Amino acid sequence: MTTLQIVFLIIAAITLVSACLVVMTRKIMHAALWLVLSLMGVAMVYATLQSGFYAVVQVLVYIGAISTLIIFAVMMTRNVMEDVGPQSNRGWGLALVGSLILFAGTSAILLTWDKAQTVLQEIPAVNGENIQMLGLALVDPMGFLIPFEVASVLLLAALVAAIFLTADIKRSRS
Amino acid sequence: MIPLSWYLIFSAALFCIGLYGVLSRKNSVAILMGVELMLNSCTINLLAFWHYYAQVRQAPQMSPLVFAAIIFAVAAAETAVGLALIISAYRKRQNIIASDLDELKG
Repeated sequence: MTTLQIVFLIIAAITLVSACLVVMTRKIMHAALWLVLSLMGVAMVYATLQSGFYAVVQVLVYIGAISTLIIFAVMMTRNVMEDVGPQSNRGWGLALVGSLILFAGTSAILLTWDKAQTVLQEIPAVNGENIQMLGLALVDPMGFLIPFEVASVLLLAALVAAIFLTADIKRSRS
Repeated sequence: MIPLSWYLIFSAALFCIGLYGVLSRKNSVAILMGVELMLNSCTINLLAFWHYYAQVRQAPQMSPLVFAAIIFAVAAAETAVGLALIISAYRKRQNIIASDLDELKG
């Protein structure tokens, strides 16, 4: 066991435990805070994959923006679900069994697939995460220009839709 | 160093936890949290395979990174629209329990 493996196992344990608490804890506000810890663990997993850029993007986008939005929504809609009483619906047993079966099947396939046993070595910086090449590939018409533009149109549409849904148009007209 | 299967099994576990959250929670905001966990596990998979291909082919690989960037954009859009829908439903019905929001009429 190398040091990196031990570090990975610790990070994975923290992430999975806090993810379990996200889906099981009673108070929705606590679930949102556990979600932040879980996303932080995922950012550290990106760092162990030598993907420092995506670790930073994860912290900025997920922890900085998305979890702030979620906590905002939790605080706005707080008085609906009182923190006592059941937080899961009647079919939770079926959901638990289904998730466990999916996990067992996926792990069984992954443990028998020999390519998945490849040990990830440290890749040299030339072949690694090259931000300049990523930026050039995103604006190259032979590369990923169209997916990039589609993603920006999607973000614009989401922006317009979010404003349209939350703004109270009828009330502001009268 | 770390075998590829560790990352894949870790991301499968995260995906299944998120799936359980989506299927079992009553509160719509908690369902969105489960979706976030599932999207994160997909990005872990993509970056693990990016590392694997960059190591096997001995060349820089850009496609998995672009996929990961697009997942980030989709996740941001999905959260914004989802929370806007929840807040809009909360304004009209004072209720965000997913099983109670069963009418299409506004």
